[in-house]
Amino acid sequence: MTERITRRELVRRGAAGGVLLGFPSILAACGGDGIEGQANTGATTTTAPSDTTLAARLTISNWPLYIDVNEDTNERPTVNQFEEEFGLTVEYVEDVNDNDEWFGKFQAQLAAGQPIGRDLTVLTDWMAARMVRLGYVDAINKDAVPNASNLVPALQSPGWDPERTYSLPWQSGMTGIAYDPERTGGPVTSIEQLFTDERLRGRVTALTEMPDTMGLVMLSNGDDPSTVDADAFNRGIETLQAAVDSGQIRRFTGNDYADDLASGNVWACIAWSGDVVQLQLDNPNLEFVVPDAGGMIWTDNMLIPKGGDVFTASTWMDFVYRPEIAAQIEAYVNFICPVEGAREEMLAIDEEIANNPLIFPTEDMLANVKQFDTEAADNPEFKETFQAVTGA
Amino acid sequence: MGLIHRHKGLVPYLLLFPGLAFLAVFFVVPTYYLANTSLQSGDIFSGYVFTWAWENYSNAISTYHPQLLRSFQYAGIATIVALLVSYPLAYWIAFRGGRWKNLLLLLIIAPFFVTYLIRTLAWKTILEDDGLVVSAFRTVGLLGDDGRLLATSVAVVAGITYNFLPFMALPIYVSLEQVDARLVEAAQDLYASKVRAFLRVTLPLSLPGVFAGTLLTFIPAAGDFINAQLLGTPRQFMIGNVIQSKFKVIADYPEAAALSFVLMATILVALIVYVRALGTERLTV
Repeated sequence: MTERITRRELVRRGAAGGVLLGFPSILAACGGDGIEGQANTGATTTTAPSDTTLAARLTISNWPLYIDVNEDTNERPTVNQFEEEFGLTVEYVEDVNDNDEWFGKFQAQLAAGQPIGRDLTVLTDWMAARMVRLGYVDAINKDAVPNASNLVPALQSPGWDPERTYSLPWQSGMTGIAYDPERTGGPVTSIEQLFTDERLRGRVTALTEMPDTMGLVMLSNGDDPSTVDADAFNRGIETLQAAVDSGQIRRFTGNDYADDLASGNVWACIAWSGDVVQLQLDNPNLEFVVPDAGGMIWTDNMLIPKGGDVFTASTWMDFVYRPEIAAQIEAYVNFICPVEGAREEMLAIDEEIANNPLIFPTEDMLANVKQFDTEAADNPEFKETFQAVTGA
Repeated sequence: MGLIHRHKGLVPYLLLFPGLAFLAVFFVVPTYYLANTSLQSGDIFSGYVFTWAWENYSNAISTYHPQLLRSFQYAGIATIVALLVSYPLAYWIAFRGGRWKNLLLLLIIAPFFVTYLIRTLAWKTILEDDGLVVSAFRTVGLLGDDGRLLATSVAVVAGITYNFLPFMALPIYVSLEQVDARLVEAAQDLYASKVRAFLRVTLPLSLPGVFAGTLLTFIPAAGDFINAQLLGTPRQFMIGNVIQSKFKVIADYPEAAALSFVLMATILVALIVYVRALGTERLTV
């Protein structure tokens, strides 16, 4: 019997996935991983933004499980459609496991102005901001992306790229609290409860991504994570440290909290909305809440690393900003779609998804979420302080 | 051939060459770069420059001595437990294994057919809060109703012990295997009790294996980070976890390199003390 692994199973196996996926990339950091050579030829031939010839090959670097996969054929329908329509080959690589790790891997090449063999990559706000600040990215060819007008208004002008000159959102997601009411014996709706409720001692995890964990903690302390100062940050660190010292927080995790939550090692945790949607398919009891004090929202952005083929990458951006394509991706990915009109398209594909507030959040929910200060997210001192609390 | 005939003295060096070249390329060169990095200062954006920044060492030690200490504690306990488990095991296989010897040895190595990471992840499943082991422990009262194994230092040390056990068992087996049974017989013929014969003959003869085994276990265990990462919590993190996150997340390469050196130096000192105490010379005679 050949059993295929669905995305949901992969999320559940997050523990294995997170670690296993992490390791090859550490190795890859030390040497090439085979893609560079091929793609460089395509990338170096066309660099001028005004160029309007499609390259023969487009190399996209993205996070694992972040685009639709046909689970019967293991092919990626959206990628195939793009290849057919534009007559080129897409090299789709799932090699972004961690923003820092990705940056560490390519920084030397980017700093030296060498192409990194990727025409398009997807990075979280604060890292995208760093890439823009350091000049490691090329401007998007806006003429090639008329569909960019479909971008939801809330995401149109982030502080680090007010005109969306260099970036276009791929997916957003909310950070909140996930819990299993059967085990917790009731709702867990605040960070305070998560960090102090005796019944949850040692059954709680938080995320290793600093903006997510610190964002929620700061909101709970009554501070604003969208403009962070040292005092507010340190107050948050104290709150977090207390929860670590008391043994309340069991671990700091990446995606692998999914595994602990499913197996009952963890009863309540700081979690990402899209993961919980997947986990709910197995355990409908699971709840995801945006804490009363507020939740966090983040965005992963498409960027064109210097040396990438601007026109071809821009053409891809335009393609995925068609509402029907965006809906197709969303039906699989289940995070939050940044494309206006995708919900209407989704109603035709899967009404349940279209009406799921974790995928198409309500106004109320959106009013209660904040974006973490991108500069603070990249502040080395804050990062080091946070790292010291999370154990290293 | 003529050349070698005329310069017989060259032969040992020719034979040594591949090994020495390997050491030069894969040990001396990286160590040089690591040493160089550990004395740099700067940040990831503007780059790191060599400045004889000795403060990297003092900062690293003052901030992370708890993890350093913990690493040696965990590695020490794991080594002792592995020794206590391995010695009887190796003894039994060497002297009582009979025709099953090879099969039993294979069983010791069998877990190594599976990658390190998967083995450790398997322990995560075994020690789960709702798993068999924990509920059995609760039933017999070894754990309270709310007790758990996963995410405790017990789990981390157990994981390390398990993962390095074969490195302890195999060298001990090899040295026990070489013990001449006639010597033990002779001792008993001279009215030594079984215990005395073991203590005066078998044990001393097997010490080289114990020596090799403890080193092979202790050194990698002190630098391990997987077990603490998967089976522990931040409160169990070892120096390996710190170095890993310094390199990977914070991108503070100099301090990470300094910590690596501190770890290396500490192990080296411990090793010298250990060798002096046990003495390889004495052991191998």
